[in-house]
Amino acid sequence: MPTADAVPDPSSRPAEPASRGLSRRALLGWGGGLAAGAAVGAAGGFGVARASAGPTAGPAATPDPGATGVGAHRTYAFTGAHQAGIVTPAQDRLYLATFDVTTDDRDRLVDLLRRWTVMAARLTQGLPAGSLGPSSGPYDAPPDDTGEAADLPAAGLTLTFGFGRSLFVGTPGADGSPGVDRFGLAARLPAALVELPHFPGDDLDPARSDGDLVVQACADDPQVAVHAVRNLARAAFGTATLRWAQLGYGRTSSTSTSQRTPRNLFGFKDGTSNVKAEETEALDEHVWVPASAADEDAAAGTDSAWMTGGSYLVARRIRMTIETWDRSSLREQEAVVGRTKGEGAPLSGGTEFTEPDLAATGADDAPLVPADSHVRLAHPTMHGGARMLRRGYNFTDGNDGLGRLDAGLFFLAFVTDPRTHFIPVQSALATRDALREYLLHTGSGLFAVPPGVPSVPTGADGTPTLTEDAPFVGETLFA
Amino acid sequence: MPRRPLALVGLVALALPLTACVPNETAEVSAAGTAGAGGGTGTVTVSSTADACELSEDTAPSGTLRFTVVNDGSDVTEFYLLAEDGLRVVSEVENVGPGLSRDLVVQVAPGTYVAQCKPGMVGDGIRSDFTVTDSGTPVGPTGDVAEQLAAAEASYLAYVRDQSGALIAATQEFAAAYAAGDDATARSLYAPTRVHWERIEPVAESFGDLDPLLDLREADLEEGATWTGWHLVEKDLWQPAPEANGGVAYTPLTPEQRQVAADDLVANTQRLVDQVNAQDFTVAAFQVSNGAKELLDEVATGKVTGEEEIWSHTDLWDFAANVDGADVAYGVLADVVTERDPELATELTERFDTLQGLLAQHGSYDAGFAGYDTLTDAQVKELAAAVDALSEPLSRLTATVTGA
Repeated sequence: MPTADAVPDPSSRPAEPASRGLSRRALLGWGGGLAAGAAVGAAGGFGVARASAGPTAGPAATPDPGATGVGAHRTYAFTGAHQAGIVTPAQDRLYLATFDVTTDDRDRLVDLLRRWTVMAARLTQGLPAGSLGPSSGPYDAPPDDTGEAADLPAAGLTLTFGFGRSLFVGTPGADGSPGVDRFGLAARLPAALVELPHFPGDDLDPARSDGDLVVQACADDPQVAVHAVRNLARAAFGTATLRWAQLGYGRTSSTSTSQRTPRNLFGFKDGTSNVKAEETEALDEHVWVPASAADEDAAAGTDSAWMTGGSYLVARRIRMTIETWDRSSLREQEAVVGRTKGEGAPLSGGTEFTEPDLAATGADDAPLVPADSHVRLAHPTMHGGARMLRRGYNFTDGNDGLGRLDAGLFFLAFVTDPRTHFIPVQSALATRDALREYLLHTGSGLFAVPPGVPSVPTGADGTPTLTEDAPFVGETLFA
Repeated sequence: MPRRPLALVGLVALALPLTACVPNETAEVSAAGTAGAGGGTGTVTVSSTADACELSEDTAPSGTLRFTVVNDGSDVTEFYLLAEDGLRVVSEVENVGPGLSRDLVVQVAPGTYVAQCKPGMVGDGIRSDFTVTDSGTPVGPTGDVAEQLAAAEASYLAYVRDQSGALIAATQEFAAAYAAGDDATARSLYAPTRVHWERIEPVAESFGDLDPLLDLREADLEEGATWTGWHLVEKDLWQPAPEANGGVAYTPLTPEQRQVAADDLVANTQRLVDQVNAQDFTVAAFQVSNGAKELLDEVATGKVTGEEEIWSHTDLWDFAANVDGADVAYGVLADVVTERDPELATELTERFDTLQGLLAQHGSYDAGFAGYDTLTDAQVKELAAAVDALSEPLSRLTATVTGA
């Protein structure tokens, strides 16, 4: 690391807030990111937000495609062709919540999504949830915003909404009886929104799995993220209740070339070969749902055109047996992962961003990247080229009764189709990955994340406002 | 009074031309899109000092209007929006301390009004005309609902007196059975008697000391304090095994102790009855609406968790009684709510019905309710969701009733 940091590069620029140091990639001269980012912005419909980033933002600016403002005052447009919070450079904190819909009334569900959409459009811009705010309004009424984020900037908040399979076809009974299609949506269920199979080693807690609705709140300040979910949950009373939620810290992936590769709780860099915002073609191939997916579904009698331009969110709560891991030798740790712990380079050689040479062998003809290493088994070449946009976070939820941390990786990935881009990969990892000895999957969810909301109406004060026919997230599903 | 208003007129006259220099300021209060909960709000800043009441605008379009009242003086102040006659109060904020700012959000119809600051909270205050132009935004009725509110207050007072009467009669019967050692009868009377208490619990709570004397749970008992009331007797009627009693064998009350506990219960209940029947005891509309919310809060924090009746597990009786009490409180105010916020009225009616329907699945006062310990987690969650669904709109009841 010291060597690389010492290399002066005229194209280098701070890629992250100054306190986090300079980006290795920027220093190594991967300076093409900004231009590529702008291209993604155009494709991704970031709209006006992009226009004011860039040159005017000044030297301390985070080169962040899609953002308005810098640092904690950064905001991302809620509207666009795709939902924000997917290719958006991964923020530091996560609060992900899933909900059970408690009504059978389709109109009430639509009403909730409409109210959520307006609230999300407000909250992501650093505005209070309601137009009156936390310290105004009728004195005898509770304020329309809970207030804990009143003096905090938007902190790059994004809110991303998705639908679970149970919203379409209900939850099958324990006795195998079929679930109930409460909202007349069964014919809109995309084939890709499967029930995930049981993977070897799964120890899933139903109270930490599934859900009709999901909200992914990401921000650099956990209080901002929790505030958003709290206010959305408040608006949901009578229509949906919280099912489970997960707080995450220390993003374990970078989703933009402008970001440094972070580390997971194993102490290794995670997400080095992630699909990045700047890779427009890769996003189309591996992340966004193409129109052709709807054509295939149509042949089977299902109308899933509403998902075109959307993505599928896979959530897995993966507990790490950290104590055991910490007792393993550096040799074993690197062999299990297939990368060096310091630099993150593949054991076949090079630097962090060198492609692993899976064929390379050492003196004893054994592969340098071991056959059961995580890098090899997860490598796209092992899965027909399939890649994911990972957006996971570390978690620590206290400890168990045995004095061990209940900690690990809250794995989040956005993929074009979980049947090709997640299930085969996880099947391979669950049966052969040397890492599996240190992992326990304790929660799981798969959600259809619809495309973005084109626009949100504004009221007299110029801020997003609820109207009777306001566009809402997932509107095409209910059309 | 003779001197002050004169000085004020001059100041107001000065203030108005100042604001008139900024003709476009009211433009922020656009006529468009103020419908729904997220509607835009025009803001008028009011600066109240000892001798001035300066408004940032003297005119605004009809719809939702927010006055941000800033007390720039050194006395506590008030701000009133009065009808054209300068007498009828349209809306008000009181008790704004020096240096503080408070918002008054009000629905205003087109017309002429009088804005009034009252520094020191006495006298005629400082007045100026305030004009509301027609923006085309529909504004709910702001008519005089005083009669409806008075009827609601009278009706609720009668309910409280009726329930307290039923409570004392049933308590006497219960206490007698318990003191006589007729545990079977006492156990059968326990929950049905408490129903009358739970229906009007916020009223009892308003008398400060009565609630802890009658309804304190063992977990809330201060170290060294004497435990009296319903739950002391409950524990003695449903005596816990040592493992449910902190590992200690439960010591039953002696016949003498039973008599004392029974007498306390009756005497304290009688105090409640006497207080609510006193000539000067009244209930204001905001107390009725706040009481409804408090009853649901009781359900959400005590009953849904099964903590209230930890020995008898008769929580569902209390639960149903709390909901009844809230339903009655809402019922007496329903006309006012229907007039001022019909959507809220519809929502509350629906959600009371849902919750009552859900409770009916678990029993009735006549047939008895299921023990709370027999409910599944899913059933408890379903009840909790229905309580939350009702509590959220119910928290807006008071503001709707008081219009403030």
